Amino acid sequence: MTDAPKVGQQETVAPAIELRGISKAFGPVQANKDISISVQPGTIHGIIGENGAGKSTLMSILYGFYKADEGQIFIHGNETQIPDSQAAIAAGIGMVFQHFKLVENFSVLENVILGVEDGPMLRPSLSKARKSLKSLAEEYELHVDPDALIEDLGVGVLQRVEILKALYREADILILDEPTGVLTPAEADHLFRILNGLRDQGKTIILITHKLREIMEITDTVSVMRRGEMTATVKTKDTNPEHLAELMVGRKVLLRVDKVPAKPGEKILEIEDLRMVDDHGVERLKGISLNVQAGEILGIAGVSGNGQSQLLEVLGGYAKATGDIRINGQHLDLSGSRSDARSRRARGIAHVPEDRQEHGLIMEFPAWQNMVFGYHHAPEYQKNKLLMDNAKMLEVAQDKMDRFDVRPPNPHLAAKSFSGGNQQKIVVAREIERHPDLLLVGQPTRGVDIGAIEFIHRQIIDLRDQGKAVLLVSVELEEILSLSDRIAVMFDGHIMGERLPDQTDERELGLMMAGVTGKGDVA
Amino acid sequence: MDKMPKWADVALIPFLNLLIAFVLSGLVILAIGENPIKALQMMISGALGSSYGWGYTLYYATNFIFTGLAVSIAFKAAMFNIGGEGQAMIGGLGVALVCLYIPFPHWSVALLVAMAGGAIFGAAWAIIPAYLQARRGSHVVITTIMFNFIAASVLNYMLVNVLRVKGSMDPASGRFPETTHLPTLHDILAPLGISFSRAAPVNVSLFIALIACVVVYLLLWRSRLGYEIRAFGLSPDASVYAGISPFKIIMIAMILSGGLSGMMSINNTMGEAERLVLNSVEGAGFIGIAVALMGRNHPFGVLLAALLFGFLYQGGSELSLWTKIPRELVIVIQALVILFTGALDNMVRGPVERIFINYAKRRAG
Repeated sequence: MTDAPKVGQQETVAPAIELRGISKAFGPVQANKDISISVQPGTIHGIIGENGAGKSTLMSILYGFYKADEGQIFIHGNETQIPDSQAAIAAGIGMVFQHFKLVENFSVLENVILGVEDGPMLRPSLSKARKSLKSLAEEYELHVDPDALIEDLGVGVLQRVEILKALYREADILILDEPTGVLTPAEADHLFRILNGLRDQGKTIILITHKLREIMEITDTVSVMRRGEMTATVKTKDTNPEHLAELMVGRKVLLRVDKVPAKPGEKILEIEDLRMVDDHGVERLKGISLNVQAGEILGIAGVSGNGQSQLLEVLGGYAKATGDIRINGQHLDLSGSRSDARSRRARGIAHVPEDRQEHGLIMEFPAWQNMVFGYHHAPEYQKNKLLMDNAKMLEVAQDKMDRFDVRPPNPHLAAKSFSGGNQQKIVVAREIERHPDLLLVGQPTRGVDIGAIEFIHRQIIDLRDQGKAVLLVSVELEEILSLSDRIAVMFDGHIMGERLPDQTDERELGLMMAGVTGKGDVA
Repeated sequence: MDKMPKWADVALIPFLNLLIAFVLSGLVILAIGENPIKALQMMISGALGSSYGWGYTLYYATNFIFTGLAVSIAFKAAMFNIGGEGQAMIGGLGVALVCLYIPFPHWSVALLVAMAGGAIFGAAWAIIPAYLQARRGSHVVITTIMFNFIAASVLNYMLVNVLRVKGSMDPASGRFPETTHLPTLHDILAPLGISFSRAAPVNVSLFIALIACVVVYLLLWRSRLGYEIRAFGLSPDASVYAGISPFKIIMIAMILSGGLSGMMSINNTMGEAERLVLNSVEGAGFIGIAVALMGRNHPFGVLLAALLFGFLYQGGSELSLWTKIPRELVIVIQALVILFTGALDNMVRGPVERIFINYAKRRAG
C-alpha cells in the first residue's frame, strides 16, 4: 500500500456513511442506478454532477424523503433503515437545503428548537438552546444573534442558522445541497472556513455542488455522478477541474470560453438615471446609467436581489420605470401604453429571462408552441387573418431544435419534459434567431448542465461577433468574467462601477458586490 | 414522460368515475327501498327510449353545451366564471327584447339577431366582474356569484314591472310573435321523411350549439387569440414576458364566456318557452361548470358531457314522475357524478396511473 499511514489507519475505521447498491426509479425513469459510495468520517466528500444526474435523489434517500427500491445504507458500520427524516436525524444526519426551511417571523432560537422542544413549555428548551448555541458559536465560528428575527437576516447568516439547527440536533454527518448558490464570494469563503472547522472537529460533511472550483478548494474526496450512476470516486488532490468536467459530461469540455477581442461599434443601448419602484413601494433601481455598444457584451455582476432582475424587467417591458432609455438613439416608452414586452420586441430587443420556467416558457405547452412564444404575432406564423399556421410553426421549431441540438429533438414534447439545459436551448434559439439589435440575457446557465453551458456561451459570443449588443446579468462571477467585454457591478440599485475583465479579479468584484466602493469610483 | 396513454386519460378515467358515481347512486336508491336496476332502466328508456325522450335530452344538452363552453373558455384563461347562470338570465332578457320589439320577416333572421342580442346582454353582464378582476383584483368567483343574484333581481323587476302583460298575474313577458318561432327537430326532420316527436322542445339551436363547439375549438387551438388565452391561463407571468396583456385577455375571455352563456337563451327562451319567464335558466349555468369539468375544458369533451347531463336531467325527471324516488334524489345522482368526475378525479387517477407505470416497467424490465 502506497498511501500514507494515516489514511491506512482510517481505512480500519468504519465509514461514516456507506451506501451499497442503491437504486431508485420514478416510473420508467431510473434516477439512481446501483450506487455504492463510502464516506470516511472526518472528511469533506464532494458529490458533483450535472442537473438531473441524480445527486438530489440520492441525498433525499439518505435523508428519508424517498425510499430506495434496492440497496442498503450503513451508518458507522451499522445497517440503518431511514424511512423518514426523523430517522435520519436520529442517525445523526443533518441536511442544509438549497432553499432554507426557516420560519420567517420566528427568532433564530425559536427556529433552532422547532420540532425538538423538550416539553410543553418553551422556556426550558429556549434557555438550553441558548447555552448550546453559545458553545457551538465558539467552537465553529458560527456566530449568530440568537434573538434576531429570521426575516431581518441575510442569506449568509440564514445558512449558518441552518447549520446550527443540524448541529443542535447532534448531527455528525452534515449534507449541504448547493450551499454557495446565493452567497457572495466572501460569504462562501466564510462558509468554507466553518466547514473546515467542522471537519477538524471530526464531523463528516457531504457537499453537493455543480461548481468545480468549490470541489477543488475544499473537498478531500469527490464522487462524480452521471445519468443516475456513480462514475468515479477520486481523491481531490489527484484530480483537476478539466478531468472532473470530463467525468461529469462524458466527453472533453472547454471550461474557458474562446473569443476574439470585441470590436465595439456605436451605442445600441443608452440608459440614463433609470429609477424603478416595485409593487411594495421599495425603490429597486436608484438612478442607473450605462450603455452597451454594438458588438460587445456588458456583464452585470452582483449578488442576486440588488436590482439586476428589475433592470431586465424594465428593459424587457414588464415593469414601469422613470428615466431615459434609448435604443439606437430612439427613446423607449417606460410607463405608457407602449412600455409592454411586445413593443420592446418590435424595437429589436430580445430577452432570455432569468427564470425560464416562470417567464421564458409555458411549461405545459409543447416545444413548437414555445418556439414562437412572444413572437406569435409574426406574419410568417399566420395562415390567414383568423388562424395561425401550425404546420409552419412546427417546421420552424423542428429546424431550430435540430440546429440548437435540443434533445430529444421532438417538437411535440411539453417544455416541462426537457432537462434544464434543453429548456434553455429552446429559449435561446427562439430569442437569438430573431436577430435582435440587443439581447438581454439573465442567468443564461442557471441549472444548465456543463455541456449545454458551453453551447449557450458560444451562441451569445457568436451574436456579439455579428455586431449585436448583449447585456448579460449573472450571479456567477466566473461566467461574467469569461464572457463580458466590460463589467458593471450592481449593489442596492446602484452601479458601483465598471471594470474591464482583464484588469480586475474576483476579489475586487466581490468587494464591489458587497457595496465597498472601489478605487476611483463615485458611490 | 407521460404516466399513461392519452386514451386512458380522456376515456378510461371519466368512465371509471361515472361507474363509481352510478354504483353509489344505486346504493342510495337501494337504501330508500327502490330497485336501482329498475330505476336505471327507467332513466334510460325515459331519456333515450323514444324520440320524445331524445328530444328532451338533446334540448337540455343544448343548454349545457352553451354554458359548458362558456365555463371552459373562461377557465382556459384561468378565470373561474361561476356567473353563467346570471349571464344566461340577462342573455334571455336580450333575446326577449329582440323578439318582442323588432318585427322579423322570417325566423332565420330573428335567430341571428336574437343570438347577437343574447350574446351582447350576456357578455355585458360578464364585463363588470371581468373589469373588476382585471383592474382592481376583485376575485371573479366572488363577483360573478354576486352578479347571479343581481341578475335574478333585475329579471324579476323587468318581468313584473316592464314586460308583464297588462292584467296578467304571471311574471312573464308576452308571447313572442309567430315569425320568431324556431323550427323544432320535428319540423326540420319531417321533410326528410324522418318522424320525430312533435312535443319535444329540441330545436334548431342544437345545431348552433354544435357549430359553437367547432368555433370554440378553432378559437382556442388554432387562432392567435386562443394561443394567448391558453398561455395566459397557464402562466400569467410568462405571458407578460411575452407581451400578452393580462387586461385584454381577462376582458376578452370573460366577454366570450358571458356571450356564450347569454346565447343559451335562443334555446330555452326563444326555442322552447317562446316568451321570457322567471327561472328559465333552471340551473343550466351551474351545470355548465360540471360539464366543463368533466369535459376537460375541451369542446368535444363538453359536447359529450353535455349529452350525459342531458340524459341525467331527462332520465331523472322521468324517474321522479313514475316512481316514488323523489326529484331531490335525482339531484343527488347528478351531484355524485359531479363529485366523482370533478372533485374526486385524483382518487381514481392515482391508482390507474400506478397500474400503467407498473405495466410499463414490467414490459421494459
